[in-house]
Amino acid sequence: MPFKRYVEIGRVALVNYGKEYGRLVVIVDVIDQNRALVDAPDMVRGQMNFKRLSLTDIKIDIPRVPKKKTLIDAMEAADVKNKWEKSSWGRKLIVQKRRASLNDFDRFKVMLAKIKRGGAVRQELAKLKKENAA
Amino acid sequence: MAPPKKARMASRNPSLIRGIGKFSRSKMYHKRGIWAIKAKHGGSFPHHDPKPAPTTPAAVKPPKFYPADDVKTPIPNHRKPKPTKLRASITPGTVLILLAGRFMGKRVVFLKQLPSGLLLVTGPFKINGVPLRRVNQAYVIATSTKVDISQVNTDKFDDKYFTKEKKKRAKKSEGEFFETEKEETKALPQEKKDDQKSVDTALIKAIEAVEDLKAYLGARFSLRSGMKPHELAF
Repeated sequence: MPFKRYVEIGRVALVNYGKEYGRLVVIVDVIDQNRALVDAPDMVRGQMNFKRLSLTDIKIDIPRVPKKKTLIDAMEAADVKNKWEKSSWGRKLIVQKRRASLNDFDRFKVMLAKIKRGGAVRQELAKLKKENAA
Repeated sequence: MAPPKKARMASRNPSLIRGIGKFSRSKMYHKRGIWAIKAKHGGSFPHHDPKPAPTTPAAVKPPKFYPADDVKTPIPNHRKPKPTKLRASITPGTVLILLAGRFMGKRVVFLKQLPSGLLLVTGPFKINGVPLRRVNQAYVIATSTKVDISQVNTDKFDDKYFTKEKKKRAKKSEGEFFETEKEETKALPQEKKDDQKSVDTALIKAIEAVEDLKAYLGARFSLRSGMKPHELAF
């Protein structure tokens, strides 16, 4: 019931609206009730409304408004990239991106693979049913 | 032998401000050495002899008749039409999806663009029943799948190969007006069947080298529930 992910310095968030859609950023300072100063290794530090951010579980240890180099080192130390890609949220996004980039031929191959997998599952099920009935 | 010509030097008159040179006309005359050239050639600047004046043709008699209205002479048209600009995504060997006509939805291999602008395309015939055929670029989706087409020779195909034969209509007499014309269904000439085979054998070999590609070309494309064409990557 209580909140688990807080807006704090070092909180990693996902941008969910606007030009930077889909990018992972770190909250580096809070400007006022609605806006945060936000930074990422390959981005110019800038302000963003909290409404554009979705907080993640990941938090790193940084002082308020760190230099870019400090930020990058802290992100490496906390291994943000790997933690994100292993998390279920991160994995889902990767799969969505892969599905959207599928070629027409790729989609055909996926269909064949799904049919094959379904066939294998049904075969096993039939076997089990027979054993159970006997 | 005169010394070899140097590249032309920039102006000897540096500009102080745009439009105003540093040296006056008389100073420039001296700098360019016109006086020296004149002295070398005995007092006058060397020049070519004037060209002989062109002889004027004999006087034309004024015409006896002037038309009442001024008729404009049409400007000659030298325009030569080019074949339609081919989309960058369509290159020889691309798999295309036909969107209209008898073979709607079929996935087909692109061979080349004909001089009329239409695309020459083949099934291959054995795989999906599409023969060597012309297709308009506008009715086609280009996928990013490419087939190796280097072993296929398409030189002999052009627009004349595909034109319909002109039927000779014999004049009908009064009695025959009421008879419907007999339809003569023409069988496909053996030459065209051989052309199809020769193009397809090389293609099919290249297609079978890629896994699942043969089944892919044999299947038709259709939109399913949830597929948004503007969001699909082809």
